[in-house]
Order: sequence, then C-alpha cells, then structure tokens
Amino acid sequence: MIKGKAHKYGDNVDTDVIIPARYLTTTDWDELASYCMADLDRGFVDKVEAGDIMVAGKNFGCGSSREHAPIAIKASGISCVIAKSFARIFYRNSINIGLPIIECGEVVEDIDDGDIVSVDFEEGIITNHTKGRTYKGVGFPPFMQDIMNSDGLIGYIKGTLK
Amino acid sequence: MGMTMTQKILAHRAGLGSVEPGELIMTELDLVLGNDITTPVAIEEFEKIGIDRVFDTQKIAIVPDHFTPNKDIKSAEQCRLIREFARGMYIENYFEVGEMGIEHALIPEKGLVVAGDVVIGADSHTCTYGALGAFATGVGSTDMAAGMATGKAWFKVPGAIKFVLKGKKQKWVSGKDIILHIIGMIGVDGALYKSMEYTGEGVSELSMDERFTIANMAIEAGAKNGIFEVDDKTISYMKQHSTKGYEIFKADDDAYYSEIYEIDLGEIRPTVAFPHLPENTRTIDEVGEIFIDQVVIGSCTNGRLEDLRVAASILKGNKVKKGVRTIIFPATQKIYLDALREGLIEIFIEAGAVVSTPTCGPCLGGHMGILAKGERAISTTNRNFVGRMGHKDSEVYLASPAVAAASAITGKISSPEEVL
Repeated sequence: MIKGKAHKYGDNVDTDVIIPARYLTTTDWDELASYCMADLDRGFVDKVEAGDIMVAGKNFGCGSSREHAPIAIKASGISCVIAKSFARIFYRNSINIGLPIIECGEVVEDIDDGDIVSVDFEEGIITNHTKGRTYKGVGFPPFMQDIMNSDGLIGYIKGTLK
Repeated sequence: MGMTMTQKILAHRAGLGSVEPGELIMTELDLVLGNDITTPVAIEEFEKIGIDRVFDTQKIAIVPDHFTPNKDIKSAEQCRLIREFARGMYIENYFEVGEMGIEHALIPEKGLVVAGDVVIGADSHTCTYGALGAFATGVGSTDMAAGMATGKAWFKVPGAIKFVLKGKKQKWVSGKDIILHIIGMIGVDGALYKSMEYTGEGVSELSMDERFTIANMAIEAGAKNGIFEVDDKTISYMKQHSTKGYEIFKADDDAYYSEIYEIDLGEIRPTVAFPHLPENTRTIDEVGEIFIDQVVIGSCTNGRLEDLRVAASILKGNKVKKGVRTIIFPATQKIYLDALREGLIEIFIEAGAVVSTPTCGPCLGGHMGILAKGERAISTTNRNFVGRMGHKDSEVYLASPAVAAASAITGKISSPEEVL
C-alpha cells in the first residue's frame, strides 16, 4: 500500500522530456533523478516527495527506449505511475526495474494535481482521498507479478538460472 | 484462427505451433543489440546476474553511435566501459569508431539480420529490421542484459494493423512521406502494442532503403514492430549482405487484423510533421511560410545512400541559403564512401553544407548540431518532441531528404518542385 501526492501531466509525455538526452552520460540513479522531468516541469525535483504518485494521460513514456526514464522517475521518489495508457517500451522497462505502473483511464480523469492518492496493489484498489472516491484497477498477469516480486527482471532471471 | 507475419515468427521461435494476441511467450533471440547510451546500464544489470559469459558471442552487437566520436569525458567513460565489456566477453560484433555506423543502418548492411529472425535492441528504432521480414523490437537495458545472459526474451504476442499498399508514388514522394502520412492518419499511439504489417502490390514500388525508413518509424505510431512481406528485392538484399539462412513467413489468409488500411501511394504528397509530435502532419502544400535556421539530413531514418542521392540531386549546382546551417551525415562508413565515390560529398560541400562522420548526435540533441532557444530546424530524423534537438524552446520539423534539401536552398520549408 502506497500513499502520496499526485503530480499530474497530460498526454504523450515522452522520454525526451522525462530525461533529456544531454543527461544520458551517466548511469547513476541519483544523478538521473536530479534531472527528472527537466524539459516538462523544471520544478518537479524540488516539489516531489518520497512516495508521491505520478499521473498522466495516454501514451506515457513514448519515444526512446532509454531505461534512464523510469529509473529517473523511480529514483526521484515516485512510488507509482498511473496513466490512461503507456508506450510499450516504457511499460516493459518499468516492470523490469520494478517501478509499479497502472493503466486506469477513469482514475486519471478524476485526479487533479496535488490530490492525495493511495494504491493497494494486492487488492488493485486506487483511492483518491482528496475527492473521497475509490476505483478498482486491473492487476498484473501472474508472469509479470513474478517479475515484480523478484524485484525486477534480473532477480527473476537469477531465480531461473539457479 | 490464422496468424499474422509477426505472430508466425514469434510462434516459430518460441517453439509453439500457434500463438494468440495477448499470450505471454518466451522466444529464442537471433540478435541482441545495444548502443553507447543503453549498454552501460545493461552491463550493470548483467553483472548483477552473476554469470561470467554471454549466451552467444556472435549474436550480440554493440555499436557506440550516439555520443560518438566521444563528445565529452563522461561519454568517453561510457564508451570505455562498453569497449572493455565487449572485449572481456569476446563479443564479435562490436563496432569501434572507424568501422561503426548508425546501428540501424549498420546492422542490416553487415548482414546480421535476415527474414524470420527475432531481434531485440536496447534502442527504440530496432524496429527498422522489419523491412527484411524479421521481427525486431526496441527494449530497455534490463531486457538487453537478460537477453545477453539467456538468449531469450519474453513477449506479449501483439495484435496487428494491416496496411495494403497500392498505386505508384508521385515524383519527390519517398518512404518518409508514406510513414509520416500513416502516423498523421493513425496518431502517435495509433498502433500501440501492435504490429504494423505492410503488404500489397505497392510494396514492390518501394526500395529497400524506403522500407527501412518506413519500418524505422513504427515506434512513432506506438507499434511493437513494423514488418514488410518479403519479396525479390528483400531476397536480393539479403543475398548481397548476408550469409545467414533466412526463413520467409507469410500471414495466413484468415489472420486477424484490428484495422486494415488501403493506401494509394499515388495520393500521398510530400509530408511534414510539425512540432512537437510526429502525428502533426501537413502536406507540403499546406505548410505556409516557415523559416528555418538549420537543416539536418541523415539518421537511422534517412541517412542511407538513396537519401543522400536525392538530396544531392536537388543541391547540385545550388547554394544553401546564407545563414542556414546544413548538416549532412551519412549513416555508415560504407554509405559515406559510396557517396564520396559517386561525387555526392563534393556536391554537398560545394553547396555549402557540412558533412559529418556517422553519429546519432544531432537527432537526439547529443552533439553536432544542437539548437539554441527559439531556433527552428527541418530534419530527416524521426522525432520532433520538445527539446529533442536542443533547447526546450527550439522546434523540429520532420520531412524527407528531398524536402529538407529544397528547404536548405530557400531557407524556408519548401517543396523540391519550387527549386527545380
């Protein structure tokens, strides 16, 4: 169960604005986090707090395959991304690094920037505490749950290679 | 129910008789690819697995092409890391500066992909190889690490959209205009999670270079992959470049497509995508007066020999507009050399353009052509997102090499018909 403040963005948030290419000369998670959302919301890194939730419209994470994008988001303290839909490479990358993501259009419509939102992954329940509404999301298929439970794909592979 | 081309390849490499959209499968990999930005992250993940060798030293390709020749000390360190990893793991297909090119032009040229292959690459434009009738898709660094370790990857079997091409292209219309037209039609998430399958008599109208361009930008419609039906041109390309055995997969007659589009190539006009999404397309006739500061011709989308030939045919005997920086970058060393021998490089330099070594640099705002605040470029690359080529308040317009070359002469977005 996670709970935090929502940071809301629009449709087609691409990986170039999440982490511009000029910052891709490092693999350091904290350094990447310090540039998170640099070309879309320069104030993001100053206002985000550990546990906060990112909320966005359709096709979140489109564009480049850079895993630096979900890494920057996760390392900035964001505990979950809720969007109407995700670009497929971003979706894969998030699962693989263990960043929880949820597709749920209805919730996104109702959340405003700054709302307090909680997510119960086991039950698949999303609650908007500011508006007093709850929603039922769709859980991951068992295979992806295994990856998430292994702390990402590498943990899962280690398990299978044993 | 029948299967699409993509579903057939995935079923074959997963060792299954048939697959259905939405099914989660594990397939064997014929090639795992990475570049100088994504491979360093993959190496960190690979080392966490705790094994000391890759699954196959011949089936991994690493191409330092994004920030190379090294643009600064940090990128030099990243390249050193991947160079040492490639050496330590005896990876045969590591391409150093001098033999490297932009990965998605280089890999087919080197014959590393053929029809029927399953390829993952830690670069979103890996979908380019669908032009050869292969299943190729972009993934992240962790998938690359897992692929290097196990030779396998998991996939959710995609549904598909079919594009039936017919008719003949107008003069100055190329593969770039066709794919921009399609993205304008279906949107940047129009093919989300799906395959874009190209078939119909119009396919034979398209050169291999044009097919690479069209498959390359499948990701710009959100697709998992783009794939062309294999024909004589594909077979002749593969025979010329590769000694690998290939396998041709055709879609079943009763394969299911969520949408089928008939596209009359004769109706497509030169097309330009306005900032800041590739779906914001207009035909050249609707562009209006857009002045530009920079022209970029090249990239994994449009840096092949035919692209350079078209640009040269327009620039020949002309001068680029004073004050318009025109940067041309052939995608591989071979393309560069071929262009040199054909006299294209001389035409570019005499026209007032600069010619760069192969690099992804300008396309992603890395180096070799960064835009300042308020500047505008027309580019044959693939993305026009906010800040893609530099300052977040700069603008990128996507177009074909023909339109880009014509625009270099006039200093504003122009049709080749205006200058010739």
